[in-house]
Order: sequence, then C-alpha cells, then structure tokens
Amino acid sequence: MNHLIFLIIAFPLLGGVSLIAMSRRVREPLAGWVATAAVGLSFLTTLGVFITLLGSHSGGPSHAVTQHLFDWINVGALHANMDLTVDPLSITMCLFVTGISTLIHLYSIGYMHGEKDFTKFFIYLNLFVASMLILVLGGNMLLTFTGWEGVGVCSYWLVSYYFQKDSAASAGKKAFIYNRVADVGFLLAMFVIFFNEHTLTYSKMTAHMSSLTLTMAVLALLFAAAGKSAQIPLFNWLPDAMEGPTPVSALIHAATMVTAGVYLLCRMHVVVSASPTGQWVICGIGLATAFVAATIATSQSDIKKGLAFSTVSQIGYMVLAVGTGDYVAAMFLMVAHAFFKALLFLGSGSVIHALDGEQEMGRMGGLRKYLPWTYGTFLFGWLAIIGVPPFAGFWAKGSVLDAVFGKSPWLWAGGLFTALLTAYYMSRLFYLTFTGSARFTEQGPNGEAAVAHPHESPWTMRLPLVILAFCSIFGGLLNLPWVHGFGLEAFLSPVFGSSLVVPADSMTKQFLLAGADALVAVLGLTIAWVLWRGRSERPELTPAFLAKVWYWDNFYDTIIGRPATALANFTAEVVDPLVLDGAVDGTAAAVGGLATRLRKVHNGQIRSYGVGIIFGLLVILVSFLVVVG
Amino acid sequence: MHTFPYLVVLLCIPLFGAGLVGLVGLRAPQAARVLALAATALELVFAVALLVAFKTHVGTFQFESTHTWMAPLGISFSLGVDGISLFLVLLTALIVPIVILGTSVGEKATGYLAWLLLLQGASVASFVSLDLMLFFFAFELTLVPSYFLIVKYGHERRAYAATKFFVMTFLGSAFLLVGILVLAFQHQNQTGVLTFSLAALQHTTLSSGLAVWLSLAFLVAFGVKAPIFPLHTWSPTTYREAPEGGSMVLSAILAKLGTYGILRFNLTLFPHASKTLAPLVLTLAAIGVLYGAITASGQHDMKRLIAYSSLAQVGFIILGTFSFSPQGLTGAVTMMVNHGIITAAFFMLIGWIAQRRGSFDTAVLKGLQGPVPVLAGVFTVTMLASIGLPGLNGFVGEFLVLIGTFTTHRWWAVVATTGVVVAAMYLLWNYQQVFHGKADAETETMHDLTTKERLTIAPLLALIVLLGVYPKFMLDRIEPSVHRELAGITAAAPATAIQTHHVTFTSPVGGAR
Repeated sequence: MNHLIFLIIAFPLLGGVSLIAMSRRVREPLAGWVATAAVGLSFLTTLGVFITLLGSHSGGPSHAVTQHLFDWINVGALHANMDLTVDPLSITMCLFVTGISTLIHLYSIGYMHGEKDFTKFFIYLNLFVASMLILVLGGNMLLTFTGWEGVGVCSYWLVSYYFQKDSAASAGKKAFIYNRVADVGFLLAMFVIFFNEHTLTYSKMTAHMSSLTLTMAVLALLFAAAGKSAQIPLFNWLPDAMEGPTPVSALIHAATMVTAGVYLLCRMHVVVSASPTGQWVICGIGLATAFVAATIATSQSDIKKGLAFSTVSQIGYMVLAVGTGDYVAAMFLMVAHAFFKALLFLGSGSVIHALDGEQEMGRMGGLRKYLPWTYGTFLFGWLAIIGVPPFAGFWAKGSVLDAVFGKSPWLWAGGLFTALLTAYYMSRLFYLTFTGSARFTEQGPNGEAAVAHPHESPWTMRLPLVILAFCSIFGGLLNLPWVHGFGLEAFLSPVFGSSLVVPADSMTKQFLLAGADALVAVLGLTIAWVLWRGRSERPELTPAFLAKVWYWDNFYDTIIGRPATALANFTAEVVDPLVLDGAVDGTAAAVGGLATRLRKVHNGQIRSYGVGIIFGLLVILVSFLVVVG
Repeated sequence: MHTFPYLVVLLCIPLFGAGLVGLVGLRAPQAARVLALAATALELVFAVALLVAFKTHVGTFQFESTHTWMAPLGISFSLGVDGISLFLVLLTALIVPIVILGTSVGEKATGYLAWLLLLQGASVASFVSLDLMLFFFAFELTLVPSYFLIVKYGHERRAYAATKFFVMTFLGSAFLLVGILVLAFQHQNQTGVLTFSLAALQHTTLSSGLAVWLSLAFLVAFGVKAPIFPLHTWSPTTYREAPEGGSMVLSAILAKLGTYGILRFNLTLFPHASKTLAPLVLTLAAIGVLYGAITASGQHDMKRLIAYSSLAQVGFIILGTFSFSPQGLTGAVTMMVNHGIITAAFFMLIGWIAQRRGSFDTAVLKGLQGPVPVLAGVFTVTMLASIGLPGLNGFVGEFLVLIGTFTTHRWWAVVATTGVVVAAMYLLWNYQQVFHGKADAETETMHDLTTKERLTIAPLLALIVLLGVYPKFMLDRIEPSVHRELAGITAAAPATAIQTHHVTFTSPVGGAR
C-alpha cells in the first residue's frame, strides 16, 4: 500500500478539480455525490494504508513510511520535497479527518439542498479535505505549511460563501488575516529551525540548539498554532467564522482544521519537548484559552457561537495537554472532540435547518418533540462533551486532566473549574434548544417569522448524526486507561518516543481524579438545570462583558485596527504623493525650470530633447570626474 | 545545433518585426496585428527552443557570441545567456504576445504594436548583453517605446505620467552611463585596453571608495527602474496612466531590467562594494516591502494598488539579491519571473474589468463575483499567488528570499516577513470591496470572460500553478549561475584602501573597512 499513499490526497483533489472542470454541467445533487465519493475513497485508502502499517513494522523505530513524489524546492542546503510520511500520528489524523469528512459531505447534500452555488460548495469542501491531508501527511515543515495555507484559503472561501452578505465577506477576510498573522510564526519557526538544523524534514530534526533559540522556535510555533487553532491571542476570528454554512463549521471550524495547530505542536514534539520554558508557556496559553472561552460560552445567545467558543475552549485543553508533554492525551481529546463536536454542530445545523435558518436560542426551545433524531443524537454529544462517564469526553478530558495534575496541581485546578463551566454552558445550550416551551411558534419581538411545524431532516443528514453519536458514546474505547498495549497510547508512543510524558499515578489517585471529573460534570449539569429549566433569559447571568467576548475585538480595533487604517491613509494620501513625490517634483522644478522645458518635450521636439540629454550627461560626467580626480 | 545563433535570432525577430509592422500598418492596420502576433509567436517559439537547448546544471554563460561592433570605442556586440537571464528572456517572449492578444487600444493600433515589438527587442537585448555599452544602449532604447506607449495610448494624465517616467528613469541612466565610463577608463588606465566587456571589467582593480561610488551610481539607475524605495514615485502614476498593455510590460518586464541589472552588474562588478552597501540596500528593501504594502492598503484605485504592491514585491527581490545566500539569490531570480507573470495577469484582469464597468475605482466596483464568477475566480488565483500561497508560483521566490536572508541577515528577514501579513490584508480588502457584496444594476449586466479572453489568460494561470508545484524546472537552471555569482562575491578581496594612480576617495557610507 505504501506506494498508494498519494491516493489519500489525490482522490479529493481530483474530485475538486473535476468538479471545477465540469461545473457548468454538473448540478445538484450529482456534484454532492461525486464529492462525497471522492472523500469516501480517500477514507478507504487511508484504512488500507492503516492496516498495512499495523501489519508491518518495517518503518524503523517510529514506524514511519515515506513516499517521495517529486522534488520541490531544493536550493543549497534547503531540501523540501513532496514527501508524504505515514506514521501512527499522521494516519490517526487521516483516519478521523477522512472519516468525518465523508459524513459531513453526505450531510451537506441534504443541508445545501436548493443553494444556488451548490457545486461550488462541494468544490471548496473537496479542496479543503485535500489540503488538510497535505497538512497531515507532509513529511517536512514546508509541505505541512502548504496544506496549512490551503485549508486557510478554503476556510476563507467557505466562510464567505454567502459573499453577498457583508458580514460573511468580512468574516472570511478576518479569518484569513488572523491566520496570516499567525503564519509569521510558522515562517519564523521554519527559518530558525533551518538556520540551526539545516533541515525542515521532521525525521531529521534533533533540537540541538541553545535553549534560548529553542524557546524562540517553540514560541513561534505556538503563535502559528494559536492562529490556526484559535487560541489566545488570536482566537476571536473563530466565532465570526460561523457565518459559513453549518457543515463548514462542523468540518473545518470544529473537527479538523482548527486542530491543525495542536497537530503541528505534536508533530514538532522533538523541539517542543526540548524547551521547558516553551512548555510552560504552552500550558499557560492552553489553560487561559480554555477558561476565557468557557466563560464567554456561558453568555452566548446564538447556538453556533456557543458551540464555537466551546471549540476554542476544548482546543485549549488539547494545547494544555501538549504543554504537559502528554501528546497522546492531546491526540485522544482531539479525536474524541472531533466526534462529539462534529455531532453537536451537525445537530445544531439540523435545528437551524428545521427552523428556516434561525440561530438564536431565544427562538428555540421544546424541539425534543419535533426533532426526535436530532434530539436523540445531540443528547449523546452533549453528555460526551461535558464528561459524563462512560462517554468519549469523560475518558479523553480525563486523560488530559491527569496529565495536567502530574505537571502542576494548580493548573489542574484551573482545568477542573473550566470543566465545570463546560458542563454548565453546554447544558444551558442543550436545555434552551430542546427542552422547555417552544418559542418559535409565534412571531418574534423583532419580527422573526413563526415556524409552525419544524421538520426533521432527510436521511442524508440523519445518518451522519447517528454514526457520530455512536462514536461519541464508544469513543472512549480508543484509549481506555489501565489497558496498556492496546489503544492510542500503544499505537502512538513510537512516534513520540522519549518526548512522551505519561502520568504514572497510583490507582487510588487515578480514581480520585476521575471521580472529580465526573462530579464537576454532574454538578455543572445540575446548576444549569436549576437556573435554565423553563427560562430562556437571565440577563444577570449573561453579562455584556462575556457576551461581547471580553471586548477583545474592540481592544484590537482600538490598538491596531484604527491606527493601522490611519497610517495607511496617511502614507497613501500624504507621505507618498506629497512628501516623496513632492520632493521629486520640487527638485525637477528647482533644476532650472525643468518642468517648463519638459512641456515642450511632448510637443514632439525630440531633437531638442536629445540635445538636452547629451548636455546633461556631459555635465554629470564632468562633475563626476572632477570629484574623482 | 549548439552553433545556432539563438540570441541573435531572438533580437532580430522583434526588432525587424517592429519595422515591418510599422510599414505594413500604414496600409493595412489589420494585417499589422496579424504580423505582430506572428512575430511574437515566432519569438516565443525560439525562446522555448533556447530553453530546451540550454544546458542544466551549468553556471556559466551559454550561447555566447561576440562580434566586433565599434572596435575603436571598445564596444563589442557580445551576447550570452545564463540561468539568471534565461527565464527573463522567456518572460519577455511570453508577456508581449499576451499583451497583444489581451489588450486593445482601438482602431489606430499600428504604433502600439510596433512600439511593443521594439520594446520586446530592446528588453531581450538588455537581458543578454555581455557588453556594458551594448547593455546601456538596449537599456536606454526601452525608454523610447515605453514613453510613446504611455503618451499616445494612456489614460487622462498620460502626458504628465510619461514625462515623469521619462525624466526619472533617464536621470538614473545618466548615473549609469557615467559609472560605466569611469569604470572602463579605470580599466584602460590599468591595462591599456579600452573595453566594455563585462568579463574584462570584472577584474578592474578599484579602491574601495571608488567601488562604492560606482556601485551607488549603478544602484540609482537600476533602483529607479525597479523601483526601489524611495525612487519609486514615478511608478504609481505611470502604471495608473499607461494603457493596460503598457502597465503589463512596464511592471512585468521593464521593472525586471532594474532588478536584473543590480544582480548582474552590481554584484559582478562591485562584489565588495555590494557587501559594504548591503546594510543600506537591505534596509531600503525592507522599508520598500512594508511601505509598499502599507501604502497599497490606502489605495482606492486598483491599478495604483498593484503599483504599490509591486514596490513591495521588488523589495523582496532586492532583499534576496543582497542576502548573498544561494536561497536568497535564487529566490530573487525566481521572484522576478513570477512577479512578472502575476502582475501581468493583474493588470490584464483590471483592464478587462474597466472595459466592462468603466472604472478602476473600488468605490464604484462592487459585487462582481455574482455576475462574473469566472473573472472572479481567475482574479482570486492571481491574488492568492501574489499573497504567496504555497503551491502557487509567488510563494517559491518569496520563501526562498526570506529563508535565505534569514541565514545571513536575520533581522531584515524578520521585518520583511511581517510584510507578508500586510500583503494579505490589502489584497483581500480590495477583493472584498470589488467582488463581494451585492452588485448594482449596471454590474448585474456585466458579461463574464469571453472564450478569447479565457484562452489569453490561460497560459499565465497555468504558469502560476505549474511554477508553484514544480519550480524545480526553473531552480535547477538558475541555481548554478547563482553559485557562480556568489563565488565571485566570496572571493572578493577584503577592502584595503587600495590606492590606484591619483585616485583618492572617501566612501560615501563611511564603511570602507
């Protein structure tokens, strides 16, 4: 199978390209099916490669197999080729990326029904999957960066899919620019590593650098990750990105692309683990983001924004895990989160679909009766994310918190409190949407249209919900504690080798920690039940400070946005035309009324101007020789 | 077929073509167009043949030919091509037929076509000259057709723009001529031979002070043409007022004469002075990157926006050139070609938009993506290439320049890297203003790209993708020549204040040590 690795990327790429080529002829729903089949084939190829990898241990100690496609950018000591590397880490990513992508493609056939740009949507979606797989399979930083940028562009296209809406167009641009800012981190990290190690290939990195250089490299990588994975200080593009169609939010802005930053840090474990300072900063950023985003999520009224901040917060946990050195815990949460968060987003999409595009939870409620499939599956997503045993989130978040406890009990306390917030805001979101009285049956105060009979979604949308619900229930099996030699930890540990820190706690301690996790989940659920059962508004619990994202956007606008705009206008209208060009025009005028003479030139007197040229040259030549002599 | 005189043929086709087009056009303007297209197509065929015949992994000049020309003056007709000039010749051969196909200036097009051909011939001559005087003639010859292209076929303020362009570039050239003459006389003093041959003048012994002065004289000439900050002020006006075909040729080809001149002549003739001047030039380049990008952010006119964007891009090229690293120099050459392709595509697309909607102004244009999705798609790809998206051609050069500069001049690279962000900002903002949003009634009726237009832009689009995915084909041919160039710089004797004859001199930057 190893020579077929490229097919994992080739299928969705071909799907996208052929849809572009035939976009005039292929219409709904064929385009959707073609795109879904392309990603499905990619998933099957991934499975084949995965099974081959399990069967053989030919790839050396890290079980890596590389397929060299062709030379790319080779200049001097720089060798960055089109090399795809399959190892346990990248194949884990590939499996859940292609798997969930296939489900979301299928879902989109139903969700995007009747859209004008139906085909274009699937082109973008296929190209996104191809880029994401390049990111994951790239054998060197530059190829990863290529995928990294590719997913960024697809995200830009998909967020601004409804480009006629100004808010969607602006949100797409914002997402792209925030990611571009973070790219500076990625580029600088590559420069530092190339300068010190003379390679960008993952398998050749050694982290033989001074500790200061290492810290700089890790901070640059973290900055890159903060952009793509929506962490502090670059997290606030993600809620705006909810302007995109909901399947996009599920696929790109919850399950796959936004976890790329965490993947990058895992991929660079050799460098990350060599810098203790860097690891502490990573922990700090992860926990701060998890906490801040969780507080914001408690006060959102838009169901998708609530889920978006929840995503930011959950990725904060993954980053935190990376900081502790337990990369397996980070990956475990990433996979589990992909299941339940994709489920929650698709569920919310089903709700929005049923309510003709309504996203305000103030206009929902009581949907349990109307949308049994959506309700039933969403229920498991909710229980999984808040960490109720025995669902996937309990095990995944538990393993992160165990690792954090090993690093520092203080960090753990912060993480646990955030878990309480998580249970609270997700339960609030769940109750507001599905329980209580139906608030959409009458016209809303702001003229929102009434929806008499919300309709359950078609099977193309329900099937992915059911499969993801299944994964959210049983996802914990991927990496149960106490079962060594099987599961993610055994599978991934060859990749991370000595970088991997796994907490070795006593049985009692593990049970106590797990008990604490379960306790806060139930506590948060109960608090939300008491506060939000039968209520849809509690202004005192949703302060403007939280609803408006700690005024983060306003802050950036004040310190960067407005000054930068002023500067651009100032240089464009004053500095360049008046100062610099003014100096040129002024000099011209000063040199013997040159300007008046020039007016004669374009009257056509070429001869006189030729004389002028020669005369001028002579003057310069003579004066130069005088100076030289 | 090693003896086939490719370079002479490549010079003759456009020059004779220009004359023929001019003559035929007097009687039959339609035939002139066909003739011009045929000539440029033939030129392209020979340029591709040159590429095929060019030996990869060879750093020296190939297809060298020297003919006596003005022997008493020491000027010879000496041509040759290496990996650095090869792709610039190809670029010149590619862009001009696309300009002829993709732009129109109304009924009286004969002059337009003839000037374009003359410009092509002069540009090719500049790129393959190995004699400084021959280069100078060719370099100056480009001015005449450019001037007339602007002043005859440009927009409202064309006279002002043409004059400004002419005066600034011409003043720059004056410095170049003086520099060349001083260098040749210096060489004559030492050897008794008057020659303008690059290979001979390369070995002139110069005091470090004189070398710096001469280097500066060359830099001013090329810096105006490129343009380098702060010598760029002619470019926004000129690119704006020139006809779209003129803007394409000016930015894609003529600007490269400047960056090429610096790489070829400054670095070869004054290796040590270039090192001395590096901090100054790198600083100007980095300022150019940021200043160009920031000023572009404040533009409302799409053509001026691309002009400032070019200033930033040229900043990267200069940065790579003065990084004196293999990646930086290879990246600089790659970027010259790629910027040519991208900027030509931009100006052509903007011209097509203006043809349909009558404006370059972002305040007037709005919501184009709905009515003209194909144009929007092509524009998007061009924009992403310009932003430097890996997988498209713009990235290769930019990345090589930055990583190369980082290895030798770290902080300049860090500053220039931030320019990458601003580039995304102004291009995306521009795209949002022009293409996103709701289209007004007049925009709704715009028609999308015609088949002819699609075929015209297709080669540029194909190259944007191809050179991004498989740049090896270029890099393998450029790199050996870059190494030869670098070897010369490394070997350059450290500056001891060599006293030659009666020349005493102080360095203008005080850094002669």
